[in-house]
Amino acid sequence: MTKSLYVHVPFCEQICHYCDFNKFFLQNQPVDEYIDLCNEEMKKTIESFPANEKVSTIYVGGGTPTSLSTRQLERLLKDIKRNFQINHDVEFTVEVNPGSAEEEKMSMLFEMGVNRLSIGAQTFDEKLLKAINRDHHPEDVERTVQLSRQAGITNLSVDMMFGLPRQTMAQWKDSLKAVCNLPIQHISAYSLKVEEKTVFYQLLRKGKLPLPDQEDEARMYEYMLKELNLKGFHHYEISNFAKSGFESRHNLTYWDNEEYYGIGAGAHSYIQGVRRANHGPLPKYMKALKNNQLPYFEEHEVTLKEKMEEQMFMGLRKLNGISLSKFEERFGKSVYTVFPQVIENLKNEQLLIEAEDRVKLSEKGLLLGNEVFEKFLIGD
Amino acid sequence: MKPEERITRRDKIRNFSIIAHIDHGKSTLADRILEKTSALSQREMKDQMLDAMDLERERGITIKLNAVQLTYKANDGEEYIFHLIDTPGHVDFAYEVSRSLAACEGALLIVDAAQGIEAQTLANVYLALDNDLEILPVINKIDLPSAEPDRVKQEVEDVIGLPMDDCLLASAKNGIGIEEILESVVKNVPAPAGDPEAPLKAMIFDSLFDPYRGVIVYIRVMEGTVKPGEKVKMMATEKEFEVQEVGVFTPKPVAQKELTVGDVGFMIASIKNVADSRVGDTVTHANKPTSEALPGYRKLNPMVFCGLYPVDTNDYNDLREALEKLELNDAALQFEAETSQALGFGFRCGFLGLLHMEIIQERIEREFNIDLITTAPSVIYEVKKTDGEIVRIDNPSDMPDAQSIEYVQEPYVKAEVMVPNDYVGPVMELCQKKRGDYIDMKYFDENRVNIIYELPLSEIVYDFFDTLKSTTKGYASFDYELIDYKESRLVKMDILLNGERIDALSVVVHRDTAYERGKVIVEKLKKLIPRQQFEVPVQASIGQKIISRSTIKAMRKNVLAKCYGGDISRKRKLLEKQKEGKKRMKNVGNVEVPQEAFMSVLSMDESK
Repeated sequence: MTKSLYVHVPFCEQICHYCDFNKFFLQNQPVDEYIDLCNEEMKKTIESFPANEKVSTIYVGGGTPTSLSTRQLERLLKDIKRNFQINHDVEFTVEVNPGSAEEEKMSMLFEMGVNRLSIGAQTFDEKLLKAINRDHHPEDVERTVQLSRQAGITNLSVDMMFGLPRQTMAQWKDSLKAVCNLPIQHISAYSLKVEEKTVFYQLLRKGKLPLPDQEDEARMYEYMLKELNLKGFHHYEISNFAKSGFESRHNLTYWDNEEYYGIGAGAHSYIQGVRRANHGPLPKYMKALKNNQLPYFEEHEVTLKEKMEEQMFMGLRKLNGISLSKFEERFGKSVYTVFPQVIENLKNEQLLIEAEDRVKLSEKGLLLGNEVFEKFLIGD
Repeated sequence: MKPEERITRRDKIRNFSIIAHIDHGKSTLADRILEKTSALSQREMKDQMLDAMDLERERGITIKLNAVQLTYKANDGEEYIFHLIDTPGHVDFAYEVSRSLAACEGALLIVDAAQGIEAQTLANVYLALDNDLEILPVINKIDLPSAEPDRVKQEVEDVIGLPMDDCLLASAKNGIGIEEILESVVKNVPAPAGDPEAPLKAMIFDSLFDPYRGVIVYIRVMEGTVKPGEKVKMMATEKEFEVQEVGVFTPKPVAQKELTVGDVGFMIASIKNVADSRVGDTVTHANKPTSEALPGYRKLNPMVFCGLYPVDTNDYNDLREALEKLELNDAALQFEAETSQALGFGFRCGFLGLLHMEIIQERIEREFNIDLITTAPSVIYEVKKTDGEIVRIDNPSDMPDAQSIEYVQEPYVKAEVMVPNDYVGPVMELCQKKRGDYIDMKYFDENRVNIIYELPLSEIVYDFFDTLKSTTKGYASFDYELIDYKESRLVKMDILLNGERIDALSVVVHRDTAYERGKVIVEKLKKLIPRQQFEVPVQASIGQKIISRSTIKAMRKNVLAKCYGGDISRKRKLLEKQKEGKKRMKNVGNVEVPQEAFMSVLSMDESK
């Protein structure tokens, strides 16, 4: 029952200071060969793990998919369509960098059947964009939205970030106002997390990254919940907001602990109970495929215990939480037996709420999600 | 053996130790001597044979003493019996050093050809002089590019006053000068005196617990002879045992028919507890005892105390067992059960010094796999109460209220710090900061100074040595001995978390520095204790009076609001790490406190 597909394009024209995803500076990279080999990987994957159902969500992410030329990107999308059986009502998303959106590319996306775009705006403050090393300007976001709509793609999501270095509450309010004024249906808003092997990590270690404190970050989050709700975006996952009916079906695959294919360097997949990670470095990824092998770096067969843990700590990210009866149906045991006392304790701490058949995070729990999720790790 | 044979044998015996500062090459020289006297086959020869335990090997310090019997064919054609007795190199074990030296007639004094005399060299030389040993100076590492044997010779003459005309030059590492050393031992170390037919007098200089044989007692026979089957008595404890086996180490244990005057070896006598074979005690025959014990015995008293608590309360019984096992082998380790409101059930443990304490902690964590919380080390305070009662306090939280105290005394040490001239300023500054009283300063030459201070023991039990090392770029060497109790204006300072007094965090501080210390501790705890789901006030108080306060703000946001795509394992790892981190914390007064917080209260340095 693998109904989702993720495809990774690991190239960027500019590297953001916070990004620790698998990505490479575009210049002089063997992009065409990479696309060929992704095609190989898709063929092999389908051979090894035939789909018994059509794919109903596709997400092409990066890196920067739009850093490819129109022809290159078109080729990749054609390969996807050729290799996978695709459902007629597929949600087909491509990540778009406002700096590399152009008319021709957008029209091609539409023609290829792409029906949803995720636009990486992050902030509408010129200085902050520069500080995080994005290659676009605030006005590029609106231009990208217009281009998308003109090309025929009207289901649009915008990515935002808060808790950026030196970001003030006023700047955040302005950015939220700007994003709400756009004709879009979905907003993802992530708080900055400084990861190793990034420019920000270097700065942090040297004491030169003036991050807002926890208190300010919490206030930015709380303000956002209020503001987006007023503007008709309903909060359906810790970091995600949508107009009714426009929730990201692809991301719900992860939160519902369902399976997915993953194609490309550094991509992750979850097929027939096994989680796999592909080689991240291009030479390793490409060499494996050239040797006629699937490019797996590691594989892990998820145990029953882990499945139940993941069901909880992924599922509780959703605002409506998890269904007790569905859990019992899936695992044959009730949540209360598998995690004795956990839900009771978390309810006492006012981090969880139980209502009818569902358990979900409280308002306080939303801000302290990790404190809750941790409790659903059973240990040895 | 016939009486004449015993005398002949006695005259061929040479008993000696090697004394040196750490790193001056003692163990390497011991290895070379073992090789030259063919005590071991090449295959058996592990580097630094005498350091038995892994931990010793890692730290490069000898903790347990060893005694090896070697045969050496000298240039005069005669065969000699050597007993090489190893000594621990650290000041915590000074008494044990003095006893193993008492088992010898001579000592090789090793001085590094580049570094010259260090504080411990001096301390050990004086111990050897006290025991009236023939001291043979050896300048080691002469093949180093930085070696200055002439300068070091002059230094030994000037500082110790030993004549250096026939001083030996060696490089143990490269086998230079070893034979000369062995010849010098034959020629210069006196053979043992003592009557083999007199009543038995054997000195215990170490003991070791063996799970199969019971306690293995290391003895040096001073007078008389001891054989299996005889009944012996320990003169200090008055306990009697029947000897099952006597023998020598070659270094493998080899049973012998008897041990007689001059012999250094082991005795096994169904002894269950090392406390029954105390270092320095005299072994004699039960039915024909000697009238007088050997001089110099004293019971070892712990000087430094701390609480040891299992992080996981389920480990309490395992911790008790671990301590019991260690105690079998370590007569100086003391412990008794104690209860802390904050930490639950644990033990108050007494140690000879800081190194001893660290070694025990490390062995418990490593060999017995128990995570420990260690409270800040303390010394024994003597408190005269207003009602005239005198109490000895080894746990700061037991300190009586200020109103009921007439005065408090604390132990002082005489500390000698040897440094190059350039560091005199910083060292004196450090000693002043640690409430030291300046005593004296001696110049060895234009560059090296010996600074003498009297310091409260409590001030050096924590980070004195580390700070000394860092302020002198590692050039300082340091030695101390306990001298006396002195009156000090001390008060107990309590720490409150979330309004609750945490007994395990109480410290005894000097009144004049209490405010400053309180501030530092409170700020440090604020940094060390992670945000909780509620606001946590941190306070320092003396009696009812709060002298410093701060607040750990409530955790406001801890949620992964970042998209990792389909990388679920990454989310999982992050949560696991968070959970694992909490497991190593202790919940006190509803606050999750990390292990290191309990030790942190003693450090003065704000940056740490």
